[in-house]
Amino acid sequence: MSRAVAFLTRRKGGERWDWTDVFTFVWLGSAVFIMFGPALWLVLSSFKSPAQLSEFPPTLLPYEAQTVVVEGFDRPLPLFTVTDEAGTRTLAEVRRVGTVAQMVDPENPGEVERVNIANRTPVREVGFSWGNYLDPFLRFDFLTYTKNSIFVTGVATLITLLTNSMAAFALSKYEFRGRGFVVVLIIATLMIPLSVILVPLYSIVSGVGLINSLWGVILPTVATPTGVFLLRQYMLTIPDELLEAARMDHASEWQIYWRIVLPLTAPALAVLAIFSVVWRWNDFLWPLIVLSRQEVYTLQVGLNAYAGELNVQWHYLLAMTVITMIPVVLVFIFLQRFITAGIAGTGLK
Amino acid sequence: MTGVKGMLGAVVTAPLGALARVLDAPLRLWQRLTGQGGMVAFFLLPNMAIFTIFVLLPLVINVAYSMTTGAALFLPERTYVGAAQYERLLRCADYTNLATCQEDQFWIALRNTGTFVVLQVSLLIVAATITALILNRALRALSFWRAVFFFPVLLSPVVVGLIWRWILDRNGVLNAALVGMGMDPVNWLLERNYAFSAAIGVTIWAHLGFFALILLAGLQAIPRDLYEAAEMDGTKPARVFWRITLPLLMPNMLVVIVLALIRAVQVFDEAYVLTGGGPGTATLFLTQYIYEVGFASLLKNPGLAAAASILMGGVLILLTLLQLALGKRNERKGRLK
Repeated sequence: MSRAVAFLTRRKGGERWDWTDVFTFVWLGSAVFIMFGPALWLVLSSFKSPAQLSEFPPTLLPYEAQTVVVEGFDRPLPLFTVTDEAGTRTLAEVRRVGTVAQMVDPENPGEVERVNIANRTPVREVGFSWGNYLDPFLRFDFLTYTKNSIFVTGVATLITLLTNSMAAFALSKYEFRGRGFVVVLIIATLMIPLSVILVPLYSIVSGVGLINSLWGVILPTVATPTGVFLLRQYMLTIPDELLEAARMDHASEWQIYWRIVLPLTAPALAVLAIFSVVWRWNDFLWPLIVLSRQEVYTLQVGLNAYAGELNVQWHYLLAMTVITMIPVVLVFIFLQRFITAGIAGTGLK
Repeated sequence: MTGVKGMLGAVVTAPLGALARVLDAPLRLWQRLTGQGGMVAFFLLPNMAIFTIFVLLPLVINVAYSMTTGAALFLPERTYVGAAQYERLLRCADYTNLATCQEDQFWIALRNTGTFVVLQVSLLIVAATITALILNRALRALSFWRAVFFFPVLLSPVVVGLIWRWILDRNGVLNAALVGMGMDPVNWLLERNYAFSAAIGVTIWAHLGFFALILLAGLQAIPRDLYEAAEMDGTKPARVFWRITLPLLMPNMLVVIVLALIRAVQVFDEAYVLTGGGPGTATLFLTQYIYEVGFASLLKNPGLAAAASILMGGVLILLTLLQLALGKRNERKGRLK
């Protein structure tokens, strides 16, 4: 405890509180709240029932109204706490007519009381509406969207790793005419964003018949200049003597690539793999343009379509947003080191 | 750490390894037939073919698209109109009044994007610098604090947009907090200025950690002995900041500013999910304009969208060249040291 207090009250070094110490505490304190708060609020809200979501002001935790089985009634009745002239007691609602509810005492169901609804509050307990998570998968197309997202992410990442590493190998380990030109070309297009070539790209993807196909989402994104650049920089540090020694032993160039260079490039490949997974999972604009039929939607496009409906069903939408967030949060928790090191080292995202 | 790394490497290389073994024999034959040159071509082919078809070719024919008109998708079926699309985009009867422009939506998007870029980038850079400076103070649990700021960076723009749409909803938790403090609720996403501010705030929230991280790397590279020398001379902290920290951070800072500018010019997904460009056209940005004109609206006009995207691309190319030049300069400086 004393160590915790010492930690919380430690200062920049001097004896008295510097204004920068105060500022640091304020900044970091509000950061925890502002950065984590919204995601936490999303998760809490995603477990609430539609009725609870429309409450204002909202409660922090999800609650469920309690019901009770009363003798003589075939369905469970909702419980209320009633406070009026006769005192405070817990009653079950039989039916409601306008502002008056007919209620019974669950212990003594014979006698029906009339209670003004202004005098009662529902009895409830913390409870989670798991249906928010199950229904979209069972009744709507979210299972398909999830499968599509996983397919796009997985396949695109594999192709990216394979093609980028092959190109990076050729561009780092062989001397040939035009090598410099290709490298410059790749660097020059490093920052050309998709949003600049939307129209002609759409016509090309349409020309090869890949509109409304997941391959139309995958192919334009896999030849990332960033990936080639990153892997090439890494491969340049592998000594050529290793390759020469392998050639002496009659290894083919292909074997040199995958038996020697690829394993040595594993750390860079891992960084690229992580980034590729996050990029492809999160892609929005291009899938939005290519995919216009529900059965090929990815999660991101599906979520957007769902959020754009006239009557937004927030309870489902919030739950599916949490689902969409999960893989990225897992990547973040387990692989944060690689990502932060990758960004600090290369400035790519 | 090495365990995780090794495992990850194995996961990544295992599927590729299986494929590699299958290709062993045919490629040995190919190498015997074509020599090393044939192998280089083989290694380059998949990536460069995809790159050429889906990046280079679109870049080139984009210019051609911007000089045609009509609703037809394929270039040969379109009518050549020269610079008419650019004229349509840029022509205004009276440049002090956007309503007189032929394509007033484009000008509104341009004005919104310009305002957004200036405000968002300056606020973002200030916040990222403060964050980096604070993280650079020998903090305990640095990796936790870094994670706090970095967490939203990986979230998808759609998720970011929806999280905030839910918070800023008319009956959302932010308004509940305002009412709780005795203030009036605000229609965050339905009033022009609030919606615009929300777009700025949410994009800063989402990207702050990324830029803070790069700046932090820059701060950590500043030699400690400079600070020790300053302390021995009794230099005031403010002076240390202006004379040591900021000048030595400048190379990173410039790169970060240009990166932030490049991103801000293309702002789309978060804002689109958050506000859909509204209310009215209050948060209509350039990329959304291109998307609407080229794909979403009933009267699709790919030529006009292409022209607008080329204008935007021009700005981005300028910024990229600036960034490459800055990178080169940093490299030269680094070598000199």
